[in-house]
Amino acid sequence: MKVLMFGWEFPPQSTGGLGTACYGLTKALSHLGVSITLVLPTAENINADFLKVVGANVRVKAIKSSLRPYVSAQHYSKSYRKSTLYGRSLFEEVKRYAEAAGEIAAEEDFDIIHCHDWLTFEAGLAAKKVSGKPLIVHVHATEFDRTGGLGVNQHVYDSERKGMEKADYVISVSRYTKNKIVSHYGISPDKVHVVHNAVEKTPMRQLEEFALKKHNKIVLFLGRITLQKGPDYFLYAARKVLDVEPSAKFVISGSGDMEEFIIHKAAEMGMSQSVLFTGFLTGKDVERAYQLADVYVMPSVSEPFGITALEAMHSKTPVIVSKNSGVSEVATHCLKVDFWDTDQLANKIIGVLRYNPLRQTMTENAETELLRISWINSAKKCVELYNKATSTA
Amino acid sequence: MVSICLYFQVHQPFRVRNYTVFEIGKNSHYFDEHKNSSVLRRVADKCYLPANAILMELLDKHPEFRASFSMSGTALEQFERYAPEVLESFKALVDTGRVEVLDETYHHSLAYIYSKEEFKEQVRMHMEKVRKLFRADPRIFRNTELIYNNEMAHYIEKMGYKGVLAEGADHILGWRSPNFLYRPKTTTQLKLLLKNYRLSDDIAFRFSEKSWSEYPLTADKFGSWVSALNGNGACVNLFMDYETFGEHQWRETGIFDFLRHMPSFLLQHPDNSFKTPSELVSEHEPVAELDIHTLISWADLERDLSAWLGNNMQQAAIKTVYDMENEVKETQDPELIEDWRRLQTSDHYYYMCTKWFADGDVHKYFNPYDSPYDAFISFMNILNDLKIRIKEKA
Repeated sequence: MKVLMFGWEFPPQSTGGLGTACYGLTKALSHLGVSITLVLPTAENINADFLKVVGANVRVKAIKSSLRPYVSAQHYSKSYRKSTLYGRSLFEEVKRYAEAAGEIAAEEDFDIIHCHDWLTFEAGLAAKKVSGKPLIVHVHATEFDRTGGLGVNQHVYDSERKGMEKADYVISVSRYTKNKIVSHYGISPDKVHVVHNAVEKTPMRQLEEFALKKHNKIVLFLGRITLQKGPDYFLYAARKVLDVEPSAKFVISGSGDMEEFIIHKAAEMGMSQSVLFTGFLTGKDVERAYQLADVYVMPSVSEPFGITALEAMHSKTPVIVSKNSGVSEVATHCLKVDFWDTDQLANKIIGVLRYNPLRQTMTENAETELLRISWINSAKKCVELYNKATSTA
Repeated sequence: MVSICLYFQVHQPFRVRNYTVFEIGKNSHYFDEHKNSSVLRRVADKCYLPANAILMELLDKHPEFRASFSMSGTALEQFERYAPEVLESFKALVDTGRVEVLDETYHHSLAYIYSKEEFKEQVRMHMEKVRKLFRADPRIFRNTELIYNNEMAHYIEKMGYKGVLAEGADHILGWRSPNFLYRPKTTTQLKLLLKNYRLSDDIAFRFSEKSWSEYPLTADKFGSWVSALNGNGACVNLFMDYETFGEHQWRETGIFDFLRHMPSFLLQHPDNSFKTPSELVSEHEPVAELDIHTLISWADLERDLSAWLGNNMQQAAIKTVYDMENEVKETQDPELIEDWRRLQTSDHYYYMCTKWFADGDVHKYFNPYDSPYDAFISFMNILNDLKIRIKEKA
C-alpha cells in the first residue's frame, strides 16, 4: 500500500498535537508495511527514516509560507502586518499548497491520499482530481473546537466541509469529534471512522530533582494558551486551590493568543507568586515539565483528542482531563471534569495533591492502560480503511 | 435426598455525596439522601416487592418451601425510612415460620478484618435490630460478602452461633464438594454451609447471558440439574444477592417466572426438599473438617478481598477509618459514631476498585461515581471532616 500523505507540521518542527500525531501514526503505518510519501509545506530538518518526505518547497519552487496549523485567520493577518516575507493571506497559502499538491500528485506513484486537517484538504482534493485515487481526510480538530463555537470562520468551515464531503472517507480522532462532524457539517455518520490517537512510548528519562518540588506541589497546564484549551478555567481553579493549599504552584507552559491576558489575569487575581510561566517548551523540556508536575490538568473547552494527557500519563503524572475531550474516551485511569466546573476541578486537584495513595493508584493503573493505547492499533484501523477505500474505488 | 437451601442477601449502603474539599469543617452532612431514597424506591419496585410477593405465593402453595435472608442494618433502616411496605412484606414472610433471618454486621462492614471489638458491636446491633423488627433470634451467621476463614469461624462459634456461611469455589475446596456440611478446623460445634457457586451463579450471573451454552435457563432444566445431585450430596446451597431478581436480572429476562416455577419443578422429584440453614445444621452432621486459613469471599473470579482492598486507595481509606476507632468512640457522640460506622460499609471501598478489566463491568454498573478516583476523593474529604469533628468534641 502506497500512501500520498499531506501534512503541515512534523517533529521537530511541531507546535502541537498534530505534528505529534502525524509522527506517531506514520511511524506505526510504516511498521505495518505501508509506504508513505509525506508532503509538507517545508521539509527542512525533518529526520525520519521510515518515510519519504517531500517538501513542497523542494519539488515546487519554495512554498515558503507562514502556514501554521493553529493560527486563526484573524491572528494571521496580524502577524502578516509585521512581516512581508509571506503571502497575502492564510487562505492564499492554502491555495498555493494545493497547487503544488496537484503537481506532486502527478509525479508520485500511490494508491490512496490521506490528508490531515483543513489546511491540507484543498491539497488532497487537488491530488484526487489529478490522480483519481481515493481520498481520506483525517480530522484532528474542527473550526468549532478552535473557536469554542464563537466566531467560526466561514471560509475555514467551508473548506472543512468541502473536504469532508468530497472525501471517500473521513477519519476523526474521537467519537466526540465525530459527533461534531455529523452535527455541524452534516456528514453521514457511516462515512466517518473513529481512529483514536495514541502516545509514543519513548523510554523514560532519569527522574530529575527539582528544587521547586521540595517545598511545593506543582500543578501543570501544558498547551496552547488559547480559548480552546481553557487556560482561564485553570486560573479560576488555581485561585480556589490556593485558598486551601497556599503553597501550591501553578505552572503554565505554552504560548498563544491569550498569553498576555492570562499573565495579567493571574496578577489581577493576586496569584503572581503562585502562577509561573515557562513559555513554549519543546522536546526534553516537555518531559521535564510532566516530571516536575504532581498533577497535569487539561481543562479544554473542546478537545478533539488531547495527546498531552497520554504523554503525562506516560511520565507517571496523574491527569485531570476535561470531559469534552477525545482522550477521555480511551483513558479511564484519570480524573474527568466539566471544564466550567472550577469547584470540582479545584477539588480534584487538591485531592491528587493531598492523597498519595490516589496518585499511586492512578499512575500505576495508567501505566498498564497505556499498553493498550498504541499507535500500532491506530495504524491498523487506518490500514483497514485504506483497504476498504481502494477495493471499492 | 438433596435439600435446597436458599439464602438471599439484602443490602443497601448509605451512599455518600460528592463531598468537596471546600466543605471540610463546614458541612457534616455526608450521605446522599436523594440518591439513597431514589435507589431504594427503584429497587423496591423492581425487586423487593415483586420478589417478596412471589415468595409469599410459593409459601402458600408449597408447605415444603423454605428460604432465608440476611438483611443489613443499613438496608433495614432505609426500608423503615423510605419504603416501609417493603419491611412489612419481609415481616410477613418471616411470620410464616418458614423463612429464616440470618445475622451479619449491621453496617455490612469489613470490621472483622480490622477490629474484632467493632465487629462484635456491629453484630450485636444487627441481632437487636432483627429481634426488634422480626421477633427472630438468628442462630446462623454470614459475614459481609461471605468473607471467611478458620479464625472467623472460631470467633463466631464463641459468639454462640450454630452455623456459618461461606463460598464454595473449586480452588478453595479442591476435590471436596460444596454439597455437604463441614466442620471448620478451629471449632467443635459450628457447622459450615458452602455456596454451590455453579448453580448459584447460573441464576445470579448467567441467567440472561445469551452467549452461555445453556441459555435460556428454564425452571425444569435447573430442576433436573439439582435433582441429578441426589446420592451425591446432602444439600445444594443457592446463595445470591436478592437484587438478582428484577435488578441485576431485569424482569424482561423472565427471572420472576423462573423464581415462581423453579420450586415446583424441584419438588416434583420425591427426594428433593427445601431447608433453612438452621434446619440443615440441626439435621446434618459435618462430613469432614475444613481448613481455610486465608480470607475468602464470594466476589469476582478471585474469591478474595481484592474488590475492596486491592489497591492503595482502598487500603489507605479503610486504614484511616479504623485508625480513628478509639477517638471516635471516646467522643460518645452517637451521631458521630453512627456516621463513622456508615463509612465502614464495604460498598464505599468497592466503589474505589480499579481492577476493571476482567470483571469490571459489574463494578462499574453499581458505582454511583464517575470513577474510583472520585469515590476516593469524596471519601477522604469526609474523613477529614470527621477528624475535625472529633477534635472539636475532645
